[in-house]
Amino acid sequence: MLTELSGWAITAVAVLGVLSVAAGIAVFVVDSMARATFALLASFLAVAGVLLALDLVYLAVVTALMMTIEMAIMAVFMIMFMMNPAGLMPMTMVHNAKASAVMGAGAFVVLAVGIWTIDWPTRNPPRPADSTRQLGEAIMGSHMLVMLVIGIALFATILAGTILATARGRYDRLGPGLDATHPDDPVPGGLPR
Amino acid sequence: MTAELVLQILLTVAVALVGVGLFGALSQQSIVMVMMGLELVLNGVLLAGGAAWYFLAPELPDAQVLVVVALVVMAVEMAMGFAVTVAIYRARQVDMVDMATDLRG
Repeated sequence: MLTELSGWAITAVAVLGVLSVAAGIAVFVVDSMARATFALLASFLAVAGVLLALDLVYLAVVTALMMTIEMAIMAVFMIMFMMNPAGLMPMTMVHNAKASAVMGAGAFVVLAVGIWTIDWPTRNPPRPADSTRQLGEAIMGSHMLVMLVIGIALFATILAGTILATARGRYDRLGPGLDATHPDDPVPGGLPR
Repeated sequence: MTAELVLQILLTVAVALVGVGLFGALSQQSIVMVMMGLELVLNGVLLAGGAAWYFLAPELPDAQVLVVVALVVMAVEMAMGFAVTVAIYRARQVDMVDMATDLRG
C-alpha cells in the first residue's frame, strides 16, 4: 500500500490543488496584466502549500520565496511592456486561440488518460526522517553532477543576461540590420563601414 | 481515500497546470505572457515531482533533485526571457511575438 496522507493533509491538498488550477486559468482570463501576475503567484503559492503537505518543507519554502520575488520582478516588467497594465479596458491579445486551446486540452487529456489507466506500484517504501537532509546529502554526494551543471548553467545565464542587457556591442554601431550609413559612435572617429 | 487515488488526483492537477500553461504559451501575443505560460507548465512539473517523491519513491532523492532542477529552469527562463525581451525591444521596439517573425520557416 502506498503511504497514506492524514485527513487534514488531504483537505489541504484538495483545496490548494483546486486553487492552483483556478489561479492558473485566471492568468489568461483577467484583463489586467498586473492581476495576471498575481494570479500566477497565487498558483505558485498553492503548489508550494501542496509541497508543504507532502513533507517537502525545504522545496516548499524555496518555491514560495523564489516565486514571490520572481513575480514581483515580473510585475515591473509587465507594467513596462504592456499596453494595458491596469486592465482599465477589456482587451485580449491572443493569436490562434482555438488551436492553442485544442493543443492544451489535448495535452491534458493524453496525460490524464495515462495517469488514470496506469497500474501504479503498490509498495510501502521507507520514508526518510528529514526530506531536506535527504536532498542536501544527495546534491552534495551522489547527485553532485546535477549541482555542478546547475552552477555552470546559472553562471552562463549571468553572462548571457549581462551581454544581452548591455546597450550596444561592437557590431551594433550600424544598427540591428547593419545598414546605417553612419556608425552611431559616442565619439566621432573610428573605422567607417 | 487511498493514497493511489490522492496521487492520481495530484498528478491530474499537475497536468491541468501543464495544459493551461501550454495554451497560454501558444496563444498569447505578448512575450511576457508567453513566459507566464511557460512558468505555469513548470509549476505543473514541480507539483508532479513532489507528488512522485511522496507517493512513489520517498527513499530516493531523485524526485526532489528533479524539483530543484525545475526551479533552476524557472529562474533561467525568467532571466533569459527578460534579457531577450529588453534586447529586442531596445533594438526594434518589438514587444509582441507576432512582430518578430524573422525565423518563420
